[in-house]
Amino acid sequence: MSSSNSVEGSYSKRCAACKHLRRRCAEDCVLAPYFPATHPERFECVHKIFGAGNVARMLKTLPVQERAQAADSLSAEAYWRVRDPVYGSTGIVIQTNQEISATQCELAKIRAQISMYEARRATEQQLPPPPPPQVVMLNLVD
Amino acid sequence: MGGNTPCASCKLLRRRCAKECIFAPYFPPEDPHKFAIVHKVFGASNVSKMLQDLPVHQRADAVSSLVYEANARMRDPVYGCVGAISYLQHQVSQLQMQLAVAQAEILCFQMQQQDSSSPSMAQKEVDEKSFLLQNGFGGNFVPHVLNNMNLCPSGNNVVFPQEQPLKRESLWT
Repeated sequence: MSSSNSVEGSYSKRCAACKHLRRRCAEDCVLAPYFPATHPERFECVHKIFGAGNVARMLKTLPVQERAQAADSLSAEAYWRVRDPVYGSTGIVIQTNQEISATQCELAKIRAQISMYEARRATEQQLPPPPPPQVVMLNLVD
Repeated sequence: MGGNTPCASCKLLRRRCAKECIFAPYFPPEDPHKFAIVHKVFGASNVSKMLQDLPVHQRADAVSSLVYEANARMRDPVYGCVGAISYLQHQVSQLQMQLAVAQAEILCFQMQQQDSSSPSMAQKEVDEKSFLLQNGFGGNFVPHVLNNMNLCPSGNNVVFPQEQPLKRESLWT
């Protein structure tokens, strides 16, 4: 008797998507490679935000070598959207833009300080040597 | 008959636009493209559920962010918004490196300033110069009385002019 494990697309080998959708996982299931049964929450997130049909359609339009990256980015966006239902991953974009502005400000301030130091140093180097100090004239009379 | 124009979503979905249509405030009929891309990426029913779960005052922002993300996904079907975030985070890293370099430069300047403005060194320099002058080296201020002193550049004091630069160097190192 052959082990049931060797039968591809068996009931026990459904991907997270087909398990969630309670359907038979076909051999050529487009979602199976990217939504394994070991991580059901990953598919649940994506399904909640994008819908299984949309995700499958989006992946199908891409060449096979790009589908893993696309599935990962869709999962990330869905995760952020579940965490922040108002702004989702756009919130991260806004935050990062603010961080860029703040860092640019800080950098500009420090560069201005450096310019001041350099100008001061250049001025000090251009000055003639200081005159010799006025020593006490010993007015000793013979 | 109210004669209300259906919103962009109901037009696209070819259904009657109800008075309480959840999409109507955010997807006016004048901008059909806006709903079209959101529907393509997220699906109308998912967007409807997301909006229903939010208080009314947050829905406009949610729609704006969904439109932004849908646009990003259309432009870049592989990375979508995540691609934009990666790019921005790379910019942050670059700026932080530049900031670290600039801060190190400032520290160098500050340390140099501290070294140059040390009072004990300045005072020693003054003392050395006054000694030289008193002993007839440098300047025209040699008091006439000193001419009577048994000092000669080639005498014992010849060591000083040569020594002073060395001393000065040692003070600075």
